[in-house]
Amino acid sequence: MRVTVRLFARLRDIVGAAELSREVGPDATIGGVWRQLVADFPELARYERSISTAVNADYARMDQAVRDGDDVAFLPPVSGG
Amino acid sequence: MSLPLLSIGPAPLALEPLAREVAARTIDPGSDGAVTTFVGLVRNHNLGRRVLYLEYEAYEPLAVRAFERISAEIATRWPWVRLALHHRIGRVDIGEASVVIAAASAHRADAFRACRYAIERVKQIAPIWKREFFDGGDVWIEGATADPEDAAARAEAERVACA
Repeated sequence: MRVTVRLFARLRDIVGAAELSREVGPDATIGGVWRQLVADFPELARYERSISTAVNADYARMDQAVRDGDDVAFLPPVSGG
Repeated sequence: MSLPLLSIGPAPLALEPLAREVAARTIDPGSDGAVTTFVGLVRNHNLGRRVLYLEYEAYEPLAVRAFERISAEIATRWPWVRLALHHRIGRVDIGEASVVIAAASAHRADAFRACRYAIERVKQIAPIWKREFFDGGDVWIEGATADPEDAAARAEAERVACA
């Protein structure tokens, strides 16, 4: 199945794209999507413990399963205000 | 059309229309005793660097959800407070507002607390990032891991708000 990955701020700079389409396995979790991304972009690894995530524009957890067509966002530490 | 209470976008921010809007959104006219406000400004210095301007980026639909969540938290903690919050994105120059907040309440103490709580929570959970352009370079500022379920972070925001 395919998911859309959205990246912001420094994560976007590292990957060089704000959006990617990724092929993932049938039992993939958000964490699995992340690890697959880290394998392609090792510089992302240092965000392992500080990212958070959202699916279809709602907060989610890394162990959540993804479904075909999901829009998965990875959020580096935030700095609004 | 009335102003939305919670929004994010590239337009310059105006405090007074927001304060008027939150004041107008009462079901019991005349019952408010206070509207408190907060304006976050872009500062010309940070960590010893001379800052030239900031660029804000956001995951806009999730940011609005974050604001709704903060507003709901405030409604639980201070049931008589109404919150309004606008955040700006894109380039924001020195001295311009990046965020404006207004809280209306029967009593000033709760309105002040809610205002402070709201900005602390924005900094903790809203999916917004600032890129600082300074003399000699630029850097993404990275603060808190955005976890709205983190009870310790929420308790800390409440502690600061009530200090």
